[in-house]
Parts: sequence; structure tokens; C-alpha cells
Amino acid sequence: MDYTLQFGQITRFLPGFFTGALISLSLAAMAFAGGLLIGLAGAALKTYGSQLARRLVGIYVVFFTNTPQLVQIFFLFFVLPDAGVLLSPYSAVLIGMTLNAGAYLTEIQRAGFLSVRAQEIEAAETIGMSRLQTIRHIVMPHIVRTLFPPLSNHYISMVLGTSMAAVFGVNELTGQAMSANAETFRAVEIYLVVGAIYIAVTLVASALLVLAGRHLLRVRMAL
Amino acid sequence: MEGTFAEQLREFLTYANATFLLSGMATTLVLSVSGCVIGFLAGFGLAAVRKAGGRVPWIVRALVAVIVEAFRRVPFLVTLLIVFFAFQLAGGNVSVLVVGIVSVSLIATGYLSEIVRAGLDGVHPNQWDSAIVANFTYLQTLRYVIVPQAWRVILPPAFGFFLMFIKDSALASQIGVVELTYVGKVLNNKGYTPALAFGSILVLYFVLSYPLALLGRYLELRLAQAKHH
Amino acid sequence: MPKLSITNLVADYASTRVLDGISLEVENGDVTSLIGPSGSGKSTLLRVIVGLLKPSSGSIRVDGRSIDYDHADDLRAMRDQCAIVFQAYNLFQNMTALQNITIGPVKIRGRNPIEVRGEAMALLEKVGLADKAGSYPDELSGGQQQRVAIARALALRPRLLLLDEVTSALDPELVTDVLDTIRMLLRDHKITMLVVSHEMGFVRDVSSRVVFMAAGRVVEVGTPAQIFANPAEPRTRDFISKVRTL
Repeated sequence: MDYTLQFGQITRFLPGFFTGALISLSLAAMAFAGGLLIGLAGAALKTYGSQLARRLVGIYVVFFTNTPQLVQIFFLFFVLPDAGVLLSPYSAVLIGMTLNAGAYLTEIQRAGFLSVRAQEIEAAETIGMSRLQTIRHIVMPHIVRTLFPPLSNHYISMVLGTSMAAVFGVNELTGQAMSANAETFRAVEIYLVVGAIYIAVTLVASALLVLAGRHLLRVRMAL
Repeated sequence: MEGTFAEQLREFLTYANATFLLSGMATTLVLSVSGCVIGFLAGFGLAAVRKAGGRVPWIVRALVAVIVEAFRRVPFLVTLLIVFFAFQLAGGNVSVLVVGIVSVSLIATGYLSEIVRAGLDGVHPNQWDSAIVANFTYLQTLRYVIVPQAWRVILPPAFGFFLMFIKDSALASQIGVVELTYVGKVLNNKGYTPALAFGSILVLYFVLSYPLALLGRYLELRLAQAKHH
Repeated sequence: MPKLSITNLVADYASTRVLDGISLEVENGDVTSLIGPSGSGKSTLLRVIVGLLKPSSGSIRVDGRSIDYDHADDLRAMRDQCAIVFQAYNLFQNMTALQNITIGPVKIRGRNPIEVRGEAMALLEKVGLADKAGSYPDELSGGQQQRVAIARALALRPRLLLLDEVTSALDPELVTDVLDTIRMLLRDHKITMLVVSHEMGFVRDVSSRVVFMAAGRVVEVGTPAQIFANPAEPRTRDFISKVRTL
């Protein structure tokens, strides 16, 4: 093998990589936020809705959780223009990731709703709390604390999932790596550095989430 | 390609396309299954090393921990690309499929190692005590006492990972592995309407994944009931 | 030569000194009991002897041979000679009562499985559990599990048997059965035993010598008569007076 690793050649791309990382984080955050809202509606419908509503949500969830996100985005990316909807690659990815997240977050939040124990509500009623008070002081905190770990983990996996946006030309971190590679062909160095950045970024994000959980919500989580 | 949807559908549903799609499915399965099997075996080994405590030098355990975390915190696509280009550098004529299998095995090792470790940790310490004082070696303890108790805790999340893995294998299309997603792209490039090309592979992924998901839920229920031996 | 000879044993656990210079001798064929308040280090001493906790200093000799707790071979040799029954029985949950007893001799010591099975069934009969040979630990009561644990220890033909508060985790009505089992085994076999127990009546009945420990130290050693009726040390007297003896 007559190839020497030359990390020096790629240092000029580092600012671009950090921009890319920020795009990854924000893309994941927006898709997560959208997915969280969809998931909230979906979980509510599935727990308290009519049979038809439950069926429809069920189909949505089952479809999006049993097919790859990459293919979902391919579908949107190529089919929507034919249907007359013109989207930038970024938007197509965002919509795809949001719909995908919505399905998973429906299930996660539904589990959170179901985890509320009847005894907690009974206990609140016996000390005279109204329905609204019970929800505000007992049920909501319980749900938030139960949901925090799985939601945090899903966000982190979504940050890693933004990597596939590069396939569509979005300049998040992996996209930046692909551009850098097209210029210098130092593929191994580039992707190793980018991999390290993903590790660092997700470690920091995980750490922040664990700390937030511990201090704001009194939820113990492992890194 | 013009014409009504029905006409396009008839053009699409040819024997050639059907076999092409099925071969893509087969490759997806090959990637997922081999990745998970290799990943489980290697992951089990790594978990056993980490659980060995003082029997193994701390530097080795630390290294294993780092490797495991690394493969879990790097996107699938990036790992695929690193392995792909590394193989390219090393020369030799390795097929993309092999590159794909190596990549998925590495990723699966990272994830499954943690799942196994959690399972081993779930066995009560006093089981280790009893084995130690009866002069069981570390491996004998794992084999006769710990693993028979841990596998129930390991199986559900491991199967869940396999299900997730089938979907993540779609990214192997990006390095040229002719699995199901790649087939979809080819069909799209051939001129079939994307709704058909990508729609069909969405359906096929679903057909692959959903029954397995149901099987997984069934297995979980059975395991929870028969909490015995 | 004493079977077990402990000299100035010091042990630490999580920055606490749990054993503070223990010296003790157990003669061959004797039953020596350790009594004392919780936290005095009695169970810890047994765990150190059997190698579950490493001593910081001091020596332990079995049959005159000093054990180097850093050496795997020494530990192995010592565990060949000693068997321990734990407070929490610690039966292997994935094996039947019979398998719990046979696995040590067969898989670890390589003895003939048929021979071992015969011996194991005989031991189960002895402890009154022959009909439970195929039962799993979660199908047995605490007392039954403990008796299986005793049979398991005996199957290893130990020269030194350590009993670590074997009745402390049992419901009161099950305690008698286990103690009777031990009494019976003592009648039939001459085993050197080191017993940690709160059951004072039992201790008085079976022991050749009683050792009173407190705060990681040996306070007083004597015959049961001496310790229970006429303790020399004030601390011993204090403890004995607070303990109801049968």
C-alpha cells in the first residue's frame, strides 16, 4: 500500500465540518420537534380516539416503522415533483425525517401515557385534587420523566440519521465530507475525522441531555 | 414513461423486474443476517471481555469500551464509507458485498455487545459468587450459570436490533451493494415512475419487516410468560 | 496442626477497615462458631477465607500451608478444600436441585457423572429432599433451598465447611429443619466447620469453641460454657446478656 495518511491536507475543511455538524443537529432538532407533535396527536388518538382513528394512526405507525427512512425520503424526493410539489432537497429530507420520527414518537409517547398508574391518580383524588390539578401535578410530571430517556435516545439516533441527507445533496456533516472528498480524494482521513466529530457531537449532546434530565427532572440516565 | 398508472404497472410487473426485486431482497437479508450473526458472536466476545473485570488488563477493557461506543455513535453511512475506502486503499479485489458485510458486522458488533453486556449484568452477583467458590473458571461460569440465565434478557433487544438493522441496511446501496434499495434506484433510473420504483421497494421492505416484527412481539410475550428454564 | 490458622488478618472494603487484625485457629474436626453483633466482620471473615475478598495483610493457613490470595493456583487449591454455604443460599437458578449438586463434581472436578448422581441423590435423601431433586430453586422454599445448598457443599467433600448465617434469611418455622439437618450431618460426618450464626442455642449445642467478634476484632474465645455462662470480657457479657438463649 503506497498511500500515506495525510490529515494535514484536510484541516482546511474543519470549519465546514463544524457548520455541517450544526446543520445535522438543527435538522434533527426540527424533525424531532415536528415528530414530537405528530407523535403527541398520534398517541392521543391511539389511546383515546375512535376505532377508525386508531386504525388510521396504526397504519401510519406500522408503515413508517417497518420501512427504511432512506427509502421514505427517496420516495418523497422523486414522487413529489411529479405531483407538482417542488421541494428543495433539505425540505424533502426534513419532511421525510419528520414523518418517520412522528411514527416512532407516537409509540414512545403512547407507552408514556399507558405507564401512568391508576393508583397515582386515585391517591391524588383522595387528597382532594381536581382533575386538572391531578393532571398538572401528578400525571404530567410522571409522563415527562418517563418519556425523557427514550425521547433523548431517539433524538441522538436522529442526529446520526441526518447523515443520509448527504445522499440528497444536503450539506450537513456527511455532505461536507463528500464535498471535501470530491476535492481532495483523501477519503479515509476525511471520513475518519467526520466519524470522530459525530462521536464527539453525540457524546456532548448525550451528556447535556443526561445532565438536564438529572438536574431539571430528577431522572437518572446512563450515558 | 407515459401512460396511465395501470399501463405503467403492467410494464413494470415483468418477470425480469420481479426477479431483480427478489434478488435485492435476498441481498438485504444476507447483509442483515450475516451482519447480526457475526456481530452477535463478536459482540458476545467483547462483552465477555468487559465483564471479566480484573481478569483482563484494564487497558484492554477500556479499548473495547471505546470501540463499542465508536461504532454506536457513528452513522451507518459513514462507517460504510470508511470501510469502503479503507478496502480501496488496501488494494485487492474485494466485492462491494464483502465490504458491505464487513461494515454491517462491525456496526452490529458495537450494538449487540452492549445488549449482551446488559444481559450479563442483569444476572445477580451471588450467582457469580457461588460459581467462584466452586472453582468455576470465568468461562465455565459464563457457560453453565450466567448465559443460561442471561439469554432471556438478551434475546428481545437483540431481535429488535435485527429488525432495525434490516432497514438500516438500505444505506449499503450507497456504496454500490445491490440490495433492495439499490434495485429501487436502478428501476427508477430505468424510467419507471418513481412511485412504482420506490413504492414497490417500500412494500417489499414492509413485507420483510412487519411479519418479523410480529414474530418478535410474540417471542417477547412467550419469554415473559415462561420465565423458567 | 490446626486445620485453619489465621494470623493478624486485615481486610478493607470501600475504604473501611472491616477486619482489624484477626487471629484465630480452628482445630481439625472441631466446630468453631463466630458470634457477635452485625457488622462485626464475621461474614466478611468467611468471604476472605474463601477468596471473595482479598485481605490487605496477615496470613491464612490451611493445613499449615499459607495461601497467597494473589495466586490463582493457591486460590484454586484452597477452594478444593473449603466449601461455603451462604446466607442467601445462592443456588444456581437455571439448574434443578440435583443439577446444582452434581455440576461442581462433574463439570469442574471431572468425576464420573453416574457416581456423582448417586452420591447427590443420597445427599438429597439425607437432607430430606429426595423428592425435590428435579425442582428448580424458585419452586422451593427458603429452607429447602438452604438444605440443597448444604448438600451441594457436602458433595464437594470439603475438609473445611463454612456456614455463613445460613438460617438468618429464613422464616422462623423453617429454621429448625435446617439446624436439625446440620446437627444430623455433624453426627454422621466429622467435618471441620466454621459457623457464623445468630442461633445461640444451636451454637451452644454444636460448637467446640465459640469466638466473640466485634468491630472487626476477636474479643474473646472460649468453650460454649465459658462464653455463654461466664464471659470474661465486658463486651462479651454485654452481648450475651442481650441475646436470648434457648
